[in-house]
Parts: sequence; structure tokens; C-alpha cells
Amino acid sequence: MNQAILSVEDYSKTFHLHERNKIIPSASHVSLKVYPGRLTALIGPTGVGKSSVLKGIYRTYLPSSGRMLFRTGAGGTVDLAQASEHQILELRKQEIGFVTQFLHCLPRKSAIDVVAEPLVARGDTINAARASAEKILHQLAVPSHLWNVHPSTFSGGEKQRVNLARGLIAHPRLLLLDEPTASLDPVTAEKVIGYIQSLKDTGIAMLAIFHHPELVRRLADDVVELAPPIALNELIED
Amino acid sequence: MSNKILEVRGLSRIHGRGCALCIPTTGPDFDTNICAHCGSVVAAHDVNFDLYRGEILGIIGESGSGKSSTVKMLYFDDVPTAGEVTFFDGHEQHELFCLNAAQQRCMRNKRFGMVYQNPHLGLNFQISAGGNIAERLLMSDMKHYSEIRLRSAALLARTEVPVGRMDQNPKTFSGGMQQRVQIAKALATRPPLLFLDEVTTGLDLSVQAAILDLILEIQHELDTAMIVVTHDLGVIRLLAGRTLVMKHGRVIEAGLTDQILEDPQHAYTQRLVASAL
Repeated sequence: MNQAILSVEDYSKTFHLHERNKIIPSASHVSLKVYPGRLTALIGPTGVGKSSVLKGIYRTYLPSSGRMLFRTGAGGTVDLAQASEHQILELRKQEIGFVTQFLHCLPRKSAIDVVAEPLVARGDTINAARASAEKILHQLAVPSHLWNVHPSTFSGGEKQRVNLARGLIAHPRLLLLDEPTASLDPVTAEKVIGYIQSLKDTGIAMLAIFHHPELVRRLADDVVELAPPIALNELIED
Repeated sequence: MSNKILEVRGLSRIHGRGCALCIPTTGPDFDTNICAHCGSVVAAHDVNFDLYRGEILGIIGESGSGKSSTVKMLYFDDVPTAGEVTFFDGHEQHELFCLNAAQQRCMRNKRFGMVYQNPHLGLNFQISAGGNIAERLLMSDMKHYSEIRLRSAALLARTEVPVGRMDQNPKTFSGGMQQRVQIAKALATRPPLLFLDEVTTGLDLSVQAAILDLILEIQHELDTAMIVVTHDLGVIRLLAGRTLVMKHGRVIEAGLTDQILEDPQHAYTQRLVASAL
């Protein structure tokens, strides 16, 4: 089997809320590997820290402990937990994509520009980026009469497809997906599932949160089940 | 090759005579930046950061936190009491505080741009909007009247100021339009580094949005590195990839902007984020 593109070793995350003098564990002792062309599914009940793992890898959360070794396109290895912010910004631009659970975008940007944004940020011209955006919106079955409209008026499923298109357009080497089909009707979900399946052939490594066992069965090559974070009193006893 | 453009080390500014207790008795832990022993104000102490080409760095904090002081020193509006700043300009490298006055002026006029909250600081209200831009172009190496006029008109058009108003005095302009003229003026020499100090504070929300969008477009078009000073979380969320949080003259936290907003580490930053509207 291929070498892993990402090895998470013993990742933990706790939040320290100063105002209330509280420490809240969010994920503890998570280890997993993600391989090129394969999808690793993160499963477990709400509150076990699935999103926390994805956000830790993307560094929206600062990991409290553990290593997250990422093999870069240039062949080196970076510990995402320790990398400089500048390095992380470069990796986000070039190599690591994140499809969040909900679409966050400016309330004055058209869907096509929202999708094109990652390419523009990478330095592509606006026209080239828009052309790619059209292609991927078409593949994800977003009706073309919506492309120039702002997504705030879209249905949940349409928004989610715009979100996916935006995460996929720059062809990251590692893609993090937080419940990518959560708000889709069965027909559209099927399209998205087919699309994710086809991404594997391009060699993209994926780490995804799923709730439906059916999706895990169909899409996942590896499954990681998270255990609830160790409760605070146990931490103190240690 | 590193694409670093600015390296700031130990930048400090104390207003007043200063004493041995200024640093150990001020800062976030003491909830003040005024020294109880000598009355000096520690405007900034030991500010360190790197800035990369084409990057937008946010500095956020309440008034008196030292965010504007930091930018003022970098633009030579104020003289630091300590610190070193290296500016990497293509193949050249300059120690900013080792330059003589003429060299500093040259740096301000050609290689840096500044947009102030108060348009009176950035614009000359004795002359026309076009004249303001011409002034800056003349200070660089442009000398031909027609060339300068064409370039001024192009800059005003780019910042969406009606070119028909080019010969009018900016005091007849709205606040938002004055800021656009300031931006056009700051960009006149295509500087690789731009400072923006609370540029949207006090403007209508719709005008704010238009100006912030314009700043992002320009950053993309010209690959200008920017330092954006603001007290507004919305501004850094929109513009900055990385953010420094300042309080009582100290940088208390630095990180990716989304991390600062979703996983703030310092007690003050947690309070700040929790008080967002």
C-alpha cells in the first residue's frame, strides 16, 4: 500500500476557558492515517470530537498535544501541529482543502465567485478561475441560472453543493470533509457520492466525517471510530 | 528563497522618560500601560513579527493597545525607543531605523503606502483630489504633466472615484470617497507594502463593505503586502490571514485569523471574541 499522506498520532484538544476557569476536553488520543486515493471515515456519536480532529488538522484549532505528520507535494514531512502559521497558509492554498459543514461566504458574492475564490487566491486569473468554477458547478448539478446569484438565497442542498465545489476546485492533495452529504436529497446525494468516488481515482486523500453507516460502507476504505474524550475528573486523577 | 518582506524585532515605544520599572509593572497582567513610578506610557513593547509578500496581517486590539503605535513607527511617523526592522525589497535589504532622514523619506514616498482613519492626515485639503495623487507621483520619479494626469485618473477610476471629480477639492467629498482617494494616493507608486490604520472606522456599513472589497481586489491584483490595524473583528475576518492581538502595548496572542476567532488562547482574546455582535 501507498505511504500515508497524513499520520495523526495521539492528537488531543482541550479548551481552556479563562473567564469560567474551566477546561473542556474536545478530543483525546486520536490516531489515524490517510492515504492517497483512499477515504478514511471518522465515525462516532456527537461530541466525541470528530470536527475537532478536522479543525486541528486544518489548524483552526491549536492542537493541545500529539503530532500530525503531513507528507507535502515536494516530498518533505511537516508536523501540522508545530508548523508556522505562514506554512499552514501556504499548505491551505496549495495542498489541504476543507469542506465545512456549512457554507460561510460574503453576502454579496455570486455563487460562481465563491467557488472560484480558492483558485483566485492561488494566483489564477479571474476568468480562468470562473471557467473552472462553471465546470465543477455543472458536475455537481447546481442549476446554471443560480451561478450568478448569491448563495444566501439557495436551499440547504444547493448551498452544500456550492460549498463542496469550492472545497474541490483547487484539487487539494488532502481533503477534509465534514458531513458532505448531510443536507442533500437522495438524488443529489447520489451525485455527490459518485463525485467523491471519482475523486479517489485522481489520487486525492480524503478524511471525512459521516453519520450514516450506509455512506461509510460505500465510500470508506478505512474507518476510525472515536472514543469520547476522557472526562475532566479522570484527567485530574492522572 | 524566502518571500519575507518585513522582519520586526523587539519594536518598542515608551512616551516619557522611562524607568527600570516601566516594563515590569505594565502590560496585560497589570491592566495598564502607564508606569506607576514615573508616569511614562508604554505604547508598545517587544513587538515581533514577520510579514510575507502579498500577505495581509491584522493587528487587533482596543484603543491604547499599541496597534497604531506599531504601524506609525514602521511608517516613520514615530520613532521607536528600541527595536530593529528589516525591509526586504527585491534583492535589497534595508534596516529601517538605520536609514538617514532622506532615505526614510524616500522609503515613505516610494516603497510604502499609508491609509489613515482620519483623511486629514493622509490628504492635502488645500489641493484637488488629482493633485493629491500627482504630489505623490512627483515625489517618485514621474515628471511629465500629461503622464501624471493620466496615471492619477487611472488610479481614481480604479478606486471608484468619479474621474469627473478629479479636479475638485477632497473636502467636498463624502467620508467614503475621501478614503478611496487616500487609497489611490497610497497606491500611486505601487508600493509592495501598505499600512491601513482603521480605514473603515466611522463609515456606513455599506461603504465599509465596498472599501474592504476594494482592498481585497487590490491586494490580489498587485500582490501588495498589508498590515491592517483595526478594533473590528469583522475586518480581520474578511481581510487578514494572520492576526496579532495587542493589549496594553504587548502582543498577547498571534495566530491564523480563523484560529484566533474560533480557538482564542488568551483570556482577553476570549473576551473580545465573545463580545462580537
